[in-house]
This record gives sequence, structure tokens and C-alpha cells, in this order.
Amino acid sequence: MFRRLPESDTATLRFKIDGRPATGRAGESVAAAMLAAGVVTCRTTPIGGQKRAPYCLMGVCFECLVTIDGIGNRQACLIPLTEGMDIRSQDGARDMAGEPVTEAAP
Amino acid sequence: MKHEADITVIGGGLVGTAIAFGLAQDGARVMMLDEGDIARRASRANFALVWVQAKGIGMPEYATWSKVSADGWAEFAEMLADVSDIDVAFERPGGFMMCLSEAEMEARVRGMKVLQAQPGAPLYPYEILDHAQTKKRMPAIGPDVVGSVYCDLDGHVNSLRLFRALHVAIARLGVSYRPEHAVEAIVPEKDGFRIRGPWGEVATGRVVIAAGLDNARLAPMVGLLAPVVPSKGQIIVTEKAARFLDYPVSTVRQTDEGGVMVGDSQEDLGFDTQVTYPVISLMAQRAVRMFPALAGLNVVRTWSASRVMSPDGFPIYEQSRQFPGAFVATCHSGVTLAAAHALRLAIYIQDGRLPEQMACFSARRLNVPQAA
Ligand SMILES: Cc1cc2nc3c(=O)[nH]c(=O)nc-3n(C[C@H](O)[C@H](O)[C@H](O)COP(=O)(O)OP(=O)(O)OC[C@H]3O[C@@H](n4cnc5c(N)ncnc54)[C@H](O)[C@@H]3O)c2cc1C
Ligand code: FES
Repeated sequence: MFRRLPESDTATLRFKIDGRPATGRAGESVAAAMLAAGVVTCRTTPIGGQKRAPYCLMGVCFECLVTIDGIGNRQACLIPLTEGMDIRSQDGARDMAGEPVTEAAP
Repeated sequence: MKHEADITVIGGGLVGTAIAFGLAQDGARVMMLDEGDIARRASRANFALVWVQAKGIGMPEYATWSKVSADGWAEFAEMLADVSDIDVAFERPGGFMMCLSEAEMEARVRGMKVLQAQPGAPLYPYEILDHAQTKKRMPAIGPDVVGSVYCDLDGHVNSLRLFRALHVAIARLGVSYRPEHAVEAIVPEKDGFRIRGPWGEVATGRVVIAAGLDNARLAPMVGLLAPVVPSKGQIIVTEKAARFLDYPVSTVRQTDEGGVMVGDSQEDLGFDTQVTYPVISLMAQRAVRMFPALAGLNVVRTWSASRVMSPDGFPIYEQSRQFPGAFVATCHSGVTLAAAHALRLAIYIQDGRLPEQMACFSARRLNVPQAA
């Protein structure tokens, strides 16, 4: 559905989306890389269970939440893709049970 | 004088709507005069606890009144759901007060003892738990939690839905709701009251003043006193997460929809409430020490709002001696007390007299000169 611009020729990055291997380009956001990889639905809503996809692509709408490297509710449109990222679409509310505990800022 | 309503309630916050709900259930012809949507309303900004433990030091009757309300809350929630078709998510698993130091622990335990040593105070059970005992029930606590006090009378609701349910319910019960009808003056007349504002005036048989902070101005117009002042409270709300807190804590609770609220409970001993950035960060730090997993959650909103506070912190309920038929009702825990307001206070107002055991809530107590 989405195609990269022909002039996008930055380094290729490998990542995983819902366990499947995929490739993106350095400089892309996680949302752009997911969309280019054909994954449109990135999550379901916590209360209504409705499907959601990245929408504003500029950090405002919070529709693009995904789980990245085990941490839920991350804004895919604001996070640059990095080599080896494990990206998962998110089913409902963020589940902190399996997450590594983040250090509190001092 | 032709009355447009038997009883007019001034103010459509939690206190006014709960009373109107009780009155309308009881068959009264009720009108409600309220301000518009941008009005200051504690009812839209609160922490949503239905809380009993530790309340009532200095007035044991208030401890009893809070317990009566919490005991009636399940029935109240059911009545509300029947009329409004809105489930306010009332839960009563009991609540914790978490202590982060030995000194806090001692202060909490002392507080409970002082409370229950008062003659007439309700002797409900509570448990003093150490770290390990607390952890058993709330596995999410961090190592800084020294212990807690647990009381099975405490609970919480979805407060925004409560506010909405009350408004839907009173509309369905035929209460004539008039928004954008700020009251400027109440004028006692021979057989009732005339209520005026920039919108015009209405004549009513009786009047209930439940206008939050404006009670201070309105009550004296009918010979009553309600010297309430704003007391700032602040709240932090996080993104929604899968349930990991099964019980409300006096300053941290996870809502039925998954968001975590952090508040600066008034009941929190020795916790000064001011609207300052350091307070918000202190609230967040304390919450994270209680539940380390919170550190990873994103905050989506913070806000501050004014509690409606009487000089001694206790409710004021009174009928005017000079102008019978005029009542005032005000308190700082309108969520907790909503059930008592709907199921009890409304009936007393309907009957035209507050029973003897309510006399302690008269504002006349505030005129007694205090010993220095
Ligand atoms: C931060 C915070 C946390 C809280 N946490 C809790 C909690 O956990 N549990 C709990 O039980 N309580 C809690 N409370 C308290 C609770 O929210 C209040 O007790 C309750 O909302 C007060 O309701 P009220 O109807 O008296 O006042 P308000 O909600 O202020 O409503 C007053 C109403 O009167 C209207 N009004 C004012 N003047 C006029 C006028 N002249 N004419 C017509 N209408 C008028 C206003 O527009 C408004 O609609 C908290 C409050 C705050 C601020
Ligand atoms: S797409 Fe709108 S915040 Fe990410």
C-alpha cells in the first residue's frame, strides 16, 4: 500500500514486526517502517477493542502505540527505527506485568 | 406566590445532584439551577475514592456519616444504574494507606487510635500490616513501603461516570435542570423563596443551597452560614495499563479503565497541599516508591482543582431557623458522601427537618470561640 520514495537510499535496517523479519531504512520512524512493511493496524483500543493505525504521524494523536522491545504504549511515529528492533502490535491496554521495570528519574 | 418547584436545588455538582436524585426518587417536583459548563466544579476533578478510614478525627459523627454512606453506596450505585443505564464502576475491595517510613506508620496507627477513642466513634475493624503482609495483598509495592493500614470499608468509583449518571438520572426523573442559571440572590418571601439571576427569577417552596464554593456567599442570604474556602488539590493521570492494582490506596488508584491516578489526599497526614510543581513531582515520587512499575508509565494529564473546604473540614448541613425551608449542604468528600446525600439527607430535606443526630453538622459549631 505504501511505497518508499525512490530517492530514499539510506542504510538498510533489519527489524522484526510481530515476529516476522522485515527491513526498513535508517531515518525512518517505526510507524513508517511498519506501514512500508504492510502492517497497518498497529493496536486495538483498551476499552472498545477497536482497530487503530498511525494517524497524525507527528506525535499528537497517540493512535500509533505499539510495543517495542517489550515496552508497551510507545509512539511509533516518534521513535526512529534501529537495527534489530522487536516491534509488536499491541492488543488492548499496555500490560506492565512482563515489562522490565524502568528506573525512576531522580 | 405560585411556585414553579416544590424544591429548588442551587448547584449541579455532586452534592446538588445527589440530593436532587434522592428528592426526585421520593416524588418531589424539583428544579435545579446551575452554572454553565465552564464553571469551577470539584465534581469534575476529584480522585473518586469512597473512603472511610481515618476520617472523623475531631468529629466522630462524621466518621459514622462517612461509613453510613459507604455502606449505602452499592445500593445507591444500583439505583443510579436502574435510572440512568450507566454503571459507575463502584468497587469496594477495601483500601490501603501506604507508609514510606516508620514515622508515617506510627502517625497512621496513632490517627486510627485517636479516631476510635472518641466517644461515639464507629469501631470498625482495620488492619496494621507490615511490608510482607502488605506485599501479599498488593504484590506491586516497592521495597520502600514500610507497611500499611488496610480497612475493608473503603472503595472507589469512576467519578466522571458518576457525575454523568447523576445528571442523566435526575433528567429522567423529571428534575427541571437549568444550566447557565447562576444565582445572584435568594429572597425569602412569606411562603417560599424567590431566586434571582441575570436570566430572570423563579419562585420556589423550598431551596437547597449546594453551590460548592459559592455557598459562602449564598447561605447568608437566608440566614445560614457556610464559610467554605477553596483548598487546592492536584491529580496526575497516566495512560491506561492492564490492571495491576487491585485495591485503591489513599493517594494512588487504578481506574476501572486502566489509567492510574495519583492524588494528594487531604487525609494524608502531614502532606501539605499547594499548587506548585514540587508538589506534583513529590506526589509522583511517592507513588513510584510505593509502586516502582509506575515509573515506566506515561503521564497523560495533570490538573489541579479546588476542594470545597469548611473551616474545620467537616460537612455543613443545616436548615435556616430564620427562614425555614432553606437548607445548605456542603462537604469536601462529595463522592464518598453521595450515597448518604441521596438516600438520607434528601429524605430529611423532603420531610422538612434534619433529625437530631444531624445537629452536629450545623455551622453554629464554627461560632464557638476556640480555646487558644
Ligand atoms: C483534587 C480533588 C480530589 C478529590 N477527591 C475526592 C475523593 O477521592 N473522594 C471524595 O469523596 N471527594 C473528593 N473530592 C471532593 C469532591 O469532588 C467534592 O466534595 C464534590 O465534588 C463537591 O461537590 P459540590 O457539588 O459541593 O461542589 P462543585 O462540584 O464545585 O459543584 C458546585 C456546583 O454549583 C454551581 N454553582 C456555583 N455557584 C452557583 C450559583 N451562584 N448559582 C448556580 N449554580 C452555582 C457550580 O457551577 C457547580 O456546578 C475531591 C476534590 C478535589 C478537588
Ligand atoms: S500517529 Fe499520531 S501520535 Fe503517532
